[in-house]
Amino acid sequence: MCLTMSEEPELILADLSDDDLVEQMKDDLYDGMGPEITEGTKILLDRGWDANRILSESLVEAMRIVGLDFADGILFVPEVLSAANAMKGGMELLRPILAASDTQVSTGRVVIGTVKGDIHDIGKNLVGMMLEGAGFEVFDLGINTSLDEFLEAIDKHDPHILGMSALLTTTMPYMGVVIEDLEKRNMLKNLPVMIGGAPVNQEFADAVKANAYGPDAATTAELAKTIVGVNR
Amino acid sequence: MSVLIIACGALAREIGAVADQLPAFDLRCVPATLHNRPEQIVPAIETVLDDTGGLYDRTILAFGDCGTGGALDRLCDARGLQRLPGAHCYAFFAGPPVFDTMMGEELGTFFLTDFLARQFDSMVMRPLGLDRKPELRDMYFGHYKRLVFMSQTQDPDLLAKAVSAARTLGLQFEHRPTGLAPFARDLARLSAHLAA
Repeated sequence: MCLTMSEEPELILADLSDDDLVEQMKDDLYDGMGPEITEGTKILLDRGWDANRILSESLVEAMRIVGLDFADGILFVPEVLSAANAMKGGMELLRPILAASDTQVSTGRVVIGTVKGDIHDIGKNLVGMMLEGAGFEVFDLGINTSLDEFLEAIDKHDPHILGMSALLTTTMPYMGVVIEDLEKRNMLKNLPVMIGGAPVNQEFADAVKANAYGPDAATTAELAKTIVGVNR
Repeated sequence: MSVLIIACGALAREIGAVADQLPAFDLRCVPATLHNRPEQIVPAIETVLDDTGGLYDRTILAFGDCGTGGALDRLCDARGLQRLPGAHCYAFFAGPPVFDTMMGEELGTFFLTDFLARQFDSMVMRPLGLDRKPELRDMYFGHYKRLVFMSQTQDPDLLAKAVSAARTLGLQFEHRPTGLAPFARDLARLSAHLAA
């Protein structure tokens, strides 16, 4: 006998075992179900799970799958954004715990921003979340970020990586302006630069002498880990 | 001299409207929906070029950069094509200096043309998923402040659609009629230069 939607028994997250709950949270995040992600995160915290474990085994892992399916054309931007929104709810619970933890070891510090003249930050925000999920301290300068603002943030936070994003063909050359200035200041030796954004590609990254091009948020986080490992 | 114009479908109606101001040409269009997959624009144009290889003396692209990251200009260089000046079709209609001024006034400006007002649901709402996930609106448009409707014609229905679009996106509305004069002038200059 088939059950109709209205006859399906309601799933009680708190009744699930840890393993089942984590699997369910991955499904829920994939489907962009924010309240369920927040609830699942709270349940795991109440059960004594380490915040970092919740982050890596449920939220980041689910978002990684979302990224893969986006790259494969199975998911599209609206679905990715819904998933990111759901992840944000869990992150808001975990972030203060992670920040206050004595045992939390930072993977590294990253300054990110959307470059001057550009107000688009969806991709940059996704990258920020995935970097946080990978254990980085992320200093997000927001949108329309000038060279001076990047320089000030580099001076203040001493990042291991600088990340820049642009959506517009007209604004992406500004990444080259920033990199050129950093080169003149002899700062690139100790500061790898990653760039990304819809019109950006490896060819452009090579042309402006960026160290790495991140084609999507999950790959960018992996590249950042590699870069930090290489540089340390 | 024979001229081919390869245009974005979003400009087809407008090119037809100014055809009497241009030297004789043939028109081929690629779907405007490719703006949501800009990496597919150059391959689509290359398909048209391959179909029409050798049939025309000159080819003009009626495209902006359209988010291709300079790929259209590289195609122009490689295949000896000409493109209308400007990064966006909004810039064609306003004229690049006027467009730049508007962007200088407010970076958070979302533009609609007649085409985009007419096709707002199919070009904006549905591709962005806002028809089924309206809660995503502020993730897309949170940093935008105003919607400028650059109208090419005087059409009260389109004006009403543009006003409604601004309301849907939560943006201030401005109406700046551009007509077709800047667009026709640039296209005529390019065509005449090539045909000379």
